[in-house]
Amino acid sequence: MATATNFRPRQVTNANAIEMIGVHKWFDKFHVLKDINLTVRAGEKIVICGPSGSGKSTLIRCINRLEAHQRGRIIVDGTELVEDLKRIDAVRRDVGMVFQQFNLFPHLTVLENCTLAPVWVNRLPKAEADAIAMHYLTRVRIPEQAGKYPLQLSGGQQQRVAIARALCMSPKIMLFDEPTSALDPEMVKEVLDTMMQLAKDGMTMICVTHEMNFAREVADKIVFMDRGEIVEANTPERFFSNPVQERTRLFLAQVLR
Amino acid sequence: MSVPDRTTSPFEPSADLPPPPMMRGTWGWMRENLFSSLPSAFLTVGCLFLLAWFLPGLIRYLFIDAIWSAADGEPCRAPGAGACWAYVNAKLTFFTYGAYPRDQLWRVNTVMASGGILAVWLLWPAAKGKGLAALLFFAVFPIVAFGLLTGRTPFPSLLLPSPGSNIEWWAFRAAIGVAAVALPLLALQRFWLGGVLLFLVAWFMAAAHWRLLGLTRIDTDLWGGIFVSLLVASVGIVFSLPCGILLALGRRSRLPIIRFLSIVLIEIVRGVPLITVLFMANTMLPLFVPDAWSPDRLLRPLIGVALFSSVYMAEVVRGGLEAVPRGQYEAAMAVGLNWRRMMMLVALPQALTAVIPGIVNSFIALFKDTTLVAIVGIFDFLRAVDTQRLDPAWAGPSISATGYIFAAAFYFVFCFAMSRYSQMMERRHAAGRKR
Repeated sequence: MATATNFRPRQVTNANAIEMIGVHKWFDKFHVLKDINLTVRAGEKIVICGPSGSGKSTLIRCINRLEAHQRGRIIVDGTELVEDLKRIDAVRRDVGMVFQQFNLFPHLTVLENCTLAPVWVNRLPKAEADAIAMHYLTRVRIPEQAGKYPLQLSGGQQQRVAIARALCMSPKIMLFDEPTSALDPEMVKEVLDTMMQLAKDGMTMICVTHEMNFAREVADKIVFMDRGEIVEANTPERFFSNPVQERTRLFLAQVLR
Repeated sequence: MSVPDRTTSPFEPSADLPPPPMMRGTWGWMRENLFSSLPSAFLTVGCLFLLAWFLPGLIRYLFIDAIWSAADGEPCRAPGAGACWAYVNAKLTFFTYGAYPRDQLWRVNTVMASGGILAVWLLWPAAKGKGLAALLFFAVFPIVAFGLLTGRTPFPSLLLPSPGSNIEWWAFRAAIGVAAVALPLLALQRFWLGGVLLFLVAWFMAAAHWRLLGLTRIDTDLWGGIFVSLLVASVGIVFSLPCGILLALGRRSRLPIIRFLSIVLIEIVRGVPLITVLFMANTMLPLFVPDAWSPDRLLRPLIGVALFSSVYMAEVVRGGLEAVPRGQYEAAMAVGLNWRRMMMLVALPQALTAVIPGIVNSFIALFKDTTLVAIVGIFDFLRAVDTQRLDPAWAGPSISATGYIFAAAFYFVFCFAMSRYSQMMERRHAAGRKR
């Protein structure tokens, strides 16, 4: 197997990794996102929390255009997201995403899951893509599962494969959409550990999660959303100890107990 | 074994015990499966009784009282005579080839044998070099088969600049022209495009020199029998899957015109009987094109069958695409695959695997529906059997029945083989992908 020579993680080149300016979105008549203004600086780790239906998933899905916003501007590392397939593809190459339901490709082995996009999108030679995939599978600590099919793995292992699959495209930004919500309690930690490792390496991350300890430890900023709006955005210390809004206090009282 | 005291000793998982014995011999199996309750026992006895009543007569008719060799139908007309296999034997050549000239049968045999070998090569899961097999089967074989079977230059006359011009000379010039483009491309290492062009060169050259083979021209009026049935079925099968996939994708397209056209085509063709499609293909296709390009009388039903099976296939494939979870499309988009690659690499492999039973179901239906081409005057296998029972030398009730039994056996063997093959493929694709 060839060694992965010329691959190194890519960095966000602009000062702001993501800028969302006055973003609105509707599902039919339902106003899911109301005037979202959010700036994520390069290397920053953002945790988004809030009750279900508050629009947190929709917000991060707008960042790689799985959902299209209808008003306002979203700029990802200098590229504004508009109805232009070339730009959308460019943004998607820069942004990795991990889903609540893993969404691994069940007809491909773990290794093939990780090499599919590098080979077909980045046009890497097969051997090099394999080497990169093994590098990241080692980093999420499951290189020995490379030949298996996703459904033969546990939930925690599948989610770690999903992280490795996203990393194989050497993204500048990683989006996590409730990555531990579908996992058995015993497997949450292995996934959170992987994410913490990633954060330590300086990855720009936006993470929708209910894991408040993870948020406290990793986040530079916690964003609390309710009914499609950002209620409060603050550093973890101030968010947990001294939230500004009454709504935030209510939420924290529910989740922290 | 005593229950360990978990308050003092540490937890140790207990050893696995072997499962209780499943098989309790023949008697146990029978009691479980045949006589598990009173109604089931009655059913078992009833079925045995029916078999005992039915089977001996059938065996006697098919084998013991059967006439295996005879010069004509006389012995088969005797009272009490069974199946007349001598008739099938005497008519086998006609059943297989129709009226194809008897001294030219090697051409049909060559085509059927090479087609069979290529099909097995393609379908055999462990076979190597599938790419080469696909190239030979889908690109080279149709051209060679056309040339061999018709004895005409395997080059569509409607591609000629003007009707009536010299095909050979035109093809020769075309070959030189295409080669002039292909060779620089190959030199520049654009192998894919260069390869396609080189294939065109070979085709043109073959077309230009086909006459040197000295094959006589055999028009499709003389074709018939099993050979035509297999031809219609394989053309339908080979075209219906790719066309069906394209139509299914078209029907799910976000582009309104493509979606609209796909829906219209699917719903119209699916909304009429195959016989209607065949009649339309037979009488209306010639109206749309100039006389010189009017499709051959065998080509018309081929187009009709391919069209008809394509729209059914489209709905089967669409069902598979609907079954692929939304998350799969989202994950494919999130890793940066564009629409075409998302479909080819993520959605279609899962969709097609999920609907293998439906696809093969369509193929089996198509295989049997090929008998309907007889309506527009094509001499397929069933028609061949049907006409020969009127031969005065072989007329007789049990002789007719034997012909139909033979036809039924032929269709059953092919359909059953397809069914078994699909079950094998389902098992292969399920292996390892499910817990």
